[in-house]
Amino acid sequence: MNVARDARQPAAGGQVQPAARLRSKHLLSAGDLSREEILLILDSAEAMKEVGARRIKKVPTLRGATVVNLFLEPSTRTRTSFEIAEKRLSADTLNIAGGTSSLLKGETLVDTARTLEAMAPDMVVLRHAASGACHLLAGACDARVINAGDGMHEHPTQALLDAFTIREHKTRFEGLKVAIVGDLLHSRVLRSNMLLLSALGADVWICGPRTLMLPGVERFGVRATTSLDRALEDADVVMLLRVQAERMQGHFFPSRREYFATFGLTAERLRRARPDVIVMHPGPMNRGVEIASDVADGPVSVILEQVANGVAVRMAVLYLLAGFDANEGAE
Amino acid sequence: MTMQAVVLKGGQVVDPAQGINGVVDVRIDERGRVAAVGADLPLDGAAPVEVPPGFVVCPGFIDMHVHFREPGQEHKETIASGVASAVAGGFTAAACMPNTDPVNDHVGVTEEIVRKAADAELARVYPIGAVSVGSQGERMTEIRALREAGCVGISDDGHPVADALLMRRALEYVSMFGMPVINHCEEPSLAAGCVVHEGYRATALGLRGQPGETESIMVERDVSLSGLTGGAVHVAHMSAGESLRAVRSGKERGIAVTCEVTPHHFILTDEDLRYDTNFKMNPPLRAAADRDAMLEGLADGSIDAIATDHAPHHADEKAVEFDRAPFGIIGLETAVSLSLDRLVHRDVLSMRRLVELYAPNPARILGVEGGTLKPGAAADITILAPDTEVEVAADRFRSRARNTPFDGWRLRGAVAATVVGGRVVYINETVPGAAALAWPAR
Repeated sequence: MNVARDARQPAAGGQVQPAARLRSKHLLSAGDLSREEILLILDSAEAMKEVGARRIKKVPTLRGATVVNLFLEPSTRTRTSFEIAEKRLSADTLNIAGGTSSLLKGETLVDTARTLEAMAPDMVVLRHAASGACHLLAGACDARVINAGDGMHEHPTQALLDAFTIREHKTRFEGLKVAIVGDLLHSRVLRSNMLLLSALGADVWICGPRTLMLPGVERFGVRATTSLDRALEDADVVMLLRVQAERMQGHFFPSRREYFATFGLTAERLRRARPDVIVMHPGPMNRGVEIASDVADGPVSVILEQVANGVAVRMAVLYLLAGFDANEGAE
Repeated sequence: MTMQAVVLKGGQVVDPAQGINGVVDVRIDERGRVAAVGADLPLDGAAPVEVPPGFVVCPGFIDMHVHFREPGQEHKETIASGVASAVAGGFTAAACMPNTDPVNDHVGVTEEIVRKAADAELARVYPIGAVSVGSQGERMTEIRALREAGCVGISDDGHPVADALLMRRALEYVSMFGMPVINHCEEPSLAAGCVVHEGYRATALGLRGQPGETESIMVERDVSLSGLTGGAVHVAHMSAGESLRAVRSGKERGIAVTCEVTPHHFILTDEDLRYDTNFKMNPPLRAAADRDAMLEGLADGSIDAIATDHAPHHADEKAVEFDRAPFGIIGLETAVSLSLDRLVHRDVLSMRRLVELYAPNPARILGVEGGTLKPGAAADITILAPDTEVEVAADRFRSRARNTPFDGWRLRGAVAATVVGGRVVYINETVPGAAALAWPAR
């Protein structure tokens, strides 16, 4: 816990150093984080990653804190990742999933928030199918809210773990060409990554079929192209986005085969990128649609590292948002 | 019932239908009708009512597009609360859309609306009947019967008349009764699943957006069908610059097309969007260029009317995820102040033009009485205090609903009083001097 302790170590006067906390009470959008805050989270995540490498992977940092994982949209990896992160920080965790919740019985999100509130959780991690659901929840309860993916809006902890993974490999962000390829329109991962990576100084390119391009893209400060080859040219990082088969119903593209032929990442196309390129995917992957298996399983893939780093980054976010003094309650 | 005859003295009277724009008196007779308009009218037994200096006396404003939710959704609004809201907003009449529960597709519903409106004794209510049974877009309603029961137009508002053949037949059929078809223009396949305008803000918020063409392609269709049939088509709550182009082009060709715009569409844009469901309405807040086009259309006369699309919803219904919230905001108690502040005081429009948009034009489009203070007309009068500053306070609305994005806005221009049939039905106590406008009903 050295680095993390340093991040919140009281200054001589007993006051917490300003850099050691996040300005915002909640983590709703990657756009709410300053560059310094992003780097603080990434630095803290390094210390957390070290915890995960120990034989006993547990620290008492959030002992006595209650964290509710409110996953109202199906999720395996994000929910699991948060849950492991919370357990490693010794928080008391409670999982509420969509299938078992009273929202199925017609309860509104605001009422669910009030009900939870009565049990005084410190934090709520929310996954929800509707964009803005985390903002609604944050306005309706006192707990700190962490956005674990809301509709097509954002998924800030995914972008943070992506940045963490990129930094491990590239050590810097300035001038790094990051090509993000796939279903741009429906991707919350993309929105958070555009905000986060742009704030860190990366040169972000986005690529996908015209039908899935972002309306108003010119205002995001990224470069957009429908040419995969242009996007891949000299790329340092290639990040793929999941392409859901159900998108074919909205006339976005005609078939998986044509999508793969046009935008699928193959080893051959990847030769345009830098020799030390890394390939990322937030999962779950559609092999043979957005990515060829030999790339996904090949030496440039860091997809499983992303999963591992997700736990460390979420530990850092939970820790920095909790507002707990690391020494509080220490026996 | 007879009442005390009065002479409104010293007000600035703006009555475009008579070409009056100056300080003249208005005499209201014992039957609640305008008896004379002119300078220094003799009292002749009438009681004098001194209109405070600076106040403007207009023919009663007509909101040709409201949702009063009764029958069926009385938790949102009732006819009684709706007309109370109307008169507090300066409206002497309102045309209520048929998407009640049940839909106003049958004389029984129309008659209930007419009766409840009469019981409320505040604003006049003009029911709009449905084009199709249940507004399902399949079978035409008994339009003649609806007309006889009191409907002044037909519309499937809330839904477009998507079927071009039904629209064609409806236009042909209503032309026999001198009523317009009021269409909520929206191509369903382009709007499916969308909650806001397509553009940067929709993308940033992760909300599904639809472009202005969703509306304009149906406006173009309807202009063509109106040209084909001669039936009058009125475009409801127009929002897109492209739609305005289609309306202009139709008018240039002499086609019987008219249109209305809401205050929110000439004031707000999609840049104002946030996760606040009081910014969710259909059509959505559009781009700045569209908003600017609406202002141009208001100024140059190609837009015929301002209507509120007053769409009350219960607070619980709006306190949900943006995607799940119902579309719509209320507008009756903010429209006039917003219009004075944003149109008249910012020199987009003259007061005369504003009155045209609110009074004679809606009356003409719907073919109803009103819109002027000509002798013989019912004394439906809206009295404005154009320079009085107000702060919008949703918790004091007479509407049952509070769903407005304008709460807390400070605006220059107030409604001072509302008069229906010679009877003072509303006095705005917060406007200095307005109390002098009260006169005995006897």
